[in-house]
Amino acid sequence: MRFLFKTSYAQDLGLFRDSVQRNWYVLALASALALPVLVPSYLTDISLLFIYGLCGLSLMVLAGYTGLVSLGHAAFLGIGAYAHVYVVQNLHLPWIVGVVVAAVLTAAVGMIVGIPALRMTGVYLTIATLAFALIIQEVFNQWEHVTGGLRGKAVDKPVIFGVSFATDWAFYFLCLAFLLFGFWLTNNLLRTPTGRAWVSIRDSEIAAQSMGVNLAVYKTMAFAYSAGLMGIAGALFSHKIGFLAPDIFSVLLSIQFLLMVVVGGLGSMHGALYGAVFVALLPVAISQARDSVPVWAGQIVGLVGKGAGNATFSAVDRFVKQPGLEPGIFGLILVLFILFEPLGIYGRWAKIKLYFSIFPLYKRATFRRQRAYMRSERLR
Amino acid sequence: MSTFFKADGLVINFGGIRAVDGVTFEVDQGEVFTIIGPNGAGKTTIFNLISRIYDASAGRLVFLDEDITRVPPHEIAKRGIARTFQNIELFEHATVLQNLLLGRHAHKTSRFVEELLFLPKVRALELAHREAAEKVIDFLDLQAYRDSLIVNLPYGVRKVVEMARALCTEPKLLLLDEPSSGLSVEETEGMAFWIQDIRTLLGITVLMVEHDMSLVSAVSDRVLALNYGRPIVVGTSREVQEHPEVVKAYLGG
Repeated sequence: MRFLFKTSYAQDLGLFRDSVQRNWYVLALASALALPVLVPSYLTDISLLFIYGLCGLSLMVLAGYTGLVSLGHAAFLGIGAYAHVYVVQNLHLPWIVGVVVAAVLTAAVGMIVGIPALRMTGVYLTIATLAFALIIQEVFNQWEHVTGGLRGKAVDKPVIFGVSFATDWAFYFLCLAFLLFGFWLTNNLLRTPTGRAWVSIRDSEIAAQSMGVNLAVYKTMAFAYSAGLMGIAGALFSHKIGFLAPDIFSVLLSIQFLLMVVVGGLGSMHGALYGAVFVALLPVAISQARDSVPVWAGQIVGLVGKGAGNATFSAVDRFVKQPGLEPGIFGLILVLFILFEPLGIYGRWAKIKLYFSIFPLYKRATFRRQRAYMRSERLR
Repeated sequence: MSTFFKADGLVINFGGIRAVDGVTFEVDQGEVFTIIGPNGAGKTTIFNLISRIYDASAGRLVFLDEDITRVPPHEIAKRGIARTFQNIELFEHATVLQNLLLGRHAHKTSRFVEELLFLPKVRALELAHREAAEKVIDFLDLQAYRDSLIVNLPYGVRKVVEMARALCTEPKLLLLDEPSSGLSVEETEGMAFWIQDIRTLLGITVLMVEHDMSLVSAVSDRVLALNYGRPIVVGTSREVQEHPEVVKAYLGG
């Protein structure tokens, strides 16, 4: 096992834990820069992954760090997207102004949504955000002057300071830049009093309060910051899909965001990105499996007899082309993760790393969750 | 003469139950004042009233000549009152150091935007917070646990960490809710030394709820005995223990 020898307090304030970690990040960034050359045909999927990474980060701040679970984040994404497109295409303001307006507007809406959060906890808050998302979706439907209603609204390619980002690879780098920016901002907050206050609210509201944390202020702040990030992601998302329609920002998308943070690992910034990889690339994998799995199944059963092979092929084919399959698989995976790996992909990764770093001494109890009876009565 | 801390006719009703019924006591600067009483006597409720988690139904709380009966709970730490909890309310998925730094929250001066961009000013403030936390770590000998997660620590250490977190707020009055509960005999003795050190070396006044009479007599200057939310007697530990009403409250009769 490796121990870090620290010689100054400033060492704990750096962006990276040590030079080894920094080198890994540099390597990751280098491979991200090389991807347009390596896998040019998947660039749009990976751009979406980066946008989802921002969305995941946004929900991670709220659900993973502050402990407030929201099922309404697709609405924030939608508000950001529509605001950005309206500012850029209808008001003819510069692109970057559109992003700023999207961020500020969603943050303001997030703050308003956050106010009831002061009175509601747990599942009640989640239901309230769900209701909010449904209302906002209806607003997108009805407010045709701004959103184009059900007819939808075409989105132009981004042009920033006269430079067109129309090609796939240019947009890819734009998304990457915003992702890195979002991670940097969030990391800054998490190493300062604000971030610690959020974590304290998640772990024990009552202790947070007696240490001087104003619950009302920090909860609304978490909502506003989370929504603001979502607004920026929404601006990018609008260009990614190229056409805005209200049904894109459905509850299913909110559930996908939640899936992202749970599968990725609640309470870690890495987890947001792992979850994004999962959610962005799973549909790609599913659509490929749709074509190949029935063929494989047909061929395997076909070894027994040709008739049985053909029957299996058509049965499996019919099954995988069912319309509800994708949300079903997402739901199943969410359930399995909550049951078997509540710490998500990040948690699994941490366990694997620990297993090898302390090799013969690893014990499963290290990560076992604490029993509830140690906690005090919650005073409410 | 100015008042350091005073509870004046404190009353709280939970529905039909009057959990605290006209409790009056005064804590002088620099003393260790202990509240004892059988289960359900209202000791922890008094703490929750002082830290403003509950609203008093009647009565007044005065701290440093200021009425704090209606001060919002998050302001209490800024006035200089810190507390620990009977069953430990630490932030379990954070390290000891992070817990202590949260204790510095009452001294936060940086603004949101400055933190967002991590300006040099924020870095300097963080270093100052860290130094203050490290002083407490040195004081309570927590160096070995600095970077461990709370979930991985034994109960006795958590108790000390919680006290450390309270000390990080640089309080004038420290409320300790059953510092010895769940501790071994040896750990309780250690706790007694620490409470004495907090009083003599740091000059912090301690208000404590405690059951362990050996700890109570070792550290307290004055003791208040409660029963059914009503004060029975105030005096030295010995006087209170020998008081017939107190004996009756504990043993019945």
